[in-house]
Amino acid sequence: MKVLVIGVAGKIGQRVAIGLAEHGHQVLGIDRRPWPDAPASIAVSECDIRKRAAEDVFRTEQPEAVVHMATVTHLTAASSEDRYRINLGGTKSVFDFCHRYGVQRAIFLGRHTYYGAAPDSVLYHTEDEPPLALETFPELADLVAADLFAGTALWRYPEIDTAVLRVVYTLGPSRSGTLASFLRGPRVPMVFGYDPLFQFMHEDDVAAAIIAALESKLRGVYNVAGPPPLPLSLVAREAGHRALHVPEALFRLMLGRFGLPRLPPGALAHVKYPVVIDGSAFKRKTGFSHRHDEYRTIEAFARAPR
Amino acid sequence: MRFVLPEVEQRLARLEIPFNRDGIDPFGLSRDHLAKFLSMLTFFYRHYFRCTARGVENVPVRGRAMLVGNHSGGYAIDAGMLIASAFLELEPPRLAQGMVEKFLSRMPLAGTWLQRTGQFTGLPEHCTRLLEEERLLMVFPEGARGTAKLFVERYSLVRFGTGFMRLALATSTPIVPFAFLGGGEAVPTVVNLERVGKMVGLPYVPVTPYGLAVPLPVHVELHFGEPMQFRGTGNEDDVEILHKVDDVKRKISTLIDRGLRRYAPT
Repeated sequence: MKVLVIGVAGKIGQRVAIGLAEHGHQVLGIDRRPWPDAPASIAVSECDIRKRAAEDVFRTEQPEAVVHMATVTHLTAASSEDRYRINLGGTKSVFDFCHRYGVQRAIFLGRHTYYGAAPDSVLYHTEDEPPLALETFPELADLVAADLFAGTALWRYPEIDTAVLRVVYTLGPSRSGTLASFLRGPRVPMVFGYDPLFQFMHEDDVAAAIIAALESKLRGVYNVAGPPPLPLSLVAREAGHRALHVPEALFRLMLGRFGLPRLPPGALAHVKYPVVIDGSAFKRKTGFSHRHDEYRTIEAFARAPR
Repeated sequence: MRFVLPEVEQRLARLEIPFNRDGIDPFGLSRDHLAKFLSMLTFFYRHYFRCTARGVENVPVRGRAMLVGNHSGGYAIDAGMLIASAFLELEPPRLAQGMVEKFLSRMPLAGTWLQRTGQFTGLPEHCTRLLEEERLLMVFPEGARGTAKLFVERYSLVRFGTGFMRLALATSTPIVPFAFLGGGEAVPTVVNLERVGKMVGLPYVPVTPYGLAVPLPVHVELHFGEPMQFRGTGNEDDVEILHKVDDVKRKISTLIDRGLRRYAPT
C-alpha cells in the first residue's frame, strides 16, 4: 500500500514511517520540519500541509492511505491562533485532499486528553463520551475541535475508511511529548494532596498501533491504550525523579521557574485528576497488543541519553 | 510499615485484586493505602464501636453484588463499618467499594485516599464497570439526604434514589439488603448547619448536644438480609422500578425493626 505520513519528521511519525516500510508498504512523508537521516526508501517533502506543495504530493503520488499526525499542543505552539490554524486548518486540508485524490484510508491521530480531567470524570472513558472541562483548559479546545472535525469525515466522505485514534501519553527513548516534557526536570511538580493516575504507552507501541489500525481497515473513533495507568508519584519515582508536592496556590507561581516545567493554568486539572481511557474496543478490532509494560516504558524513557 | 495490623496484612494478601508489583491495581487502588485504611477501620470495628454483623453469610464471597442499606450517623460511619465487616468477616475477605459524593473527590488528600482505597466518585459508569469486574459495591440509596438525618429520625428511611435498581437490573446484580443500627446513637445530630457547611465546601456540618460531631463509642450492628435477585433490563418505566425499589426499602425497614428489638447501644 502507498501510505502518506503527515507529520513524518516527528518522533512518532518517524517510527510509523519506518515501521510501515518494514511491513512492505511504500511510504511518503510530509513535514514542515526536516528529517535529515530519513531512510532512502522514504520520500519526504518539506512543506506545509495547508500549502499548494502538499496538495501536489497528493495529486502526483495518489497515496492509498494517509496518516495525519501533524497536530500541535500548547508546548510547541504558544499562540492559540497558530494552534487553530495548524490543528483545524491542517486537518481540514488533509481530509479535503484525501477526498479529492481518492485516498481509501485515513487515520487521524488524536489525544486521550480529549476527555478532559475533572473531579467527576470517569475512570476508563469510552469512545461515546463527550469532552469534559474544556472551559478550564482553553489550550485544549483546538485539539478537541480537530478530533471532532476529523470524525465528521466518516459521514462527509463515507468512501474513505477514517479512523480517529485517541492515544494516551507516549513515553520512550525519544524523551519527547507532553508527559516526557513534564518529567524532564530533576523534580516533578505535584499539587499537594493529589496523585492522579497517568496512562501512557511506549512510543514503539504507539507506532505499532497506528500501523495495526491502517492494516485492519479500521473505521470509527477508537481509544488507544497499552498498559494500565500508574499514579504520577510512582511514575516520577520510577523515572528516577523526586516528586515535589506543592500547595495549589504556590504551584501556579512556581511553574516555569526553579527548573520546573511550564504549563498553562488549565493544565492544572490534568495534574490533579486522572484521564484514563478504555482501549479495549481498539484491541478487539485490530488484534493489537502492547509489547512494553508500564515499567519497561518508563525505564526506556529514563535510560535514554538526555 | 507502621499503623498496619498483622491481621489486616494477612487478609489483604487474600483479597482478589490484581495488584501490580508496587501494589497498584488498574483502578489505582493501592495495597499500602488499603493496609492503613483497613487497619484504622478494624480498630473502630473491633474496639471503638464493637460492631457485630449478623447474616454475613448472605453476602456472596465471589462475583458481583450490591450491598444496599440505610444511612445512619452524620457521616459515613456506616460505610466504614460495612467495608470492615466485608473485609474481616467474609472468607475470603472482600473489599466493599462505595460511591463517593463529588465534593469529597475534589478535596486534596481525601480525594486521593478515597481513590486509592477503591471508593470512587459516584457515577453510574463507575458502578457498571465495577460490577462488570465482579466487584462488591456498597449503595446507600438515601444519599446525602440519609446522612443528614437527625437523632430523632435515626431509624426512619428517607426517599430512595432509583438509579441503583436500574443498574442492578442492567447488570443482573443480586442486591443484599442490610440495616445499620447505632449510627444515630454514635453521632446524635441535633441540627445540621448548612450555611457553615457551604463555607467550608461541605453539604452541611452536623452538630451534636456536645458540639462537635465526634462519634461516641457506642455499640453498632449490621444485619444482612438474604440476596434479592430482580429480573429486567433497567429500561423499565418509573412505576415498575419504584415497585422494585420499594421491595428493597421494605426489606431494609424490616431488618431495622427486627434488629432494634434486641439492640442496645451499650
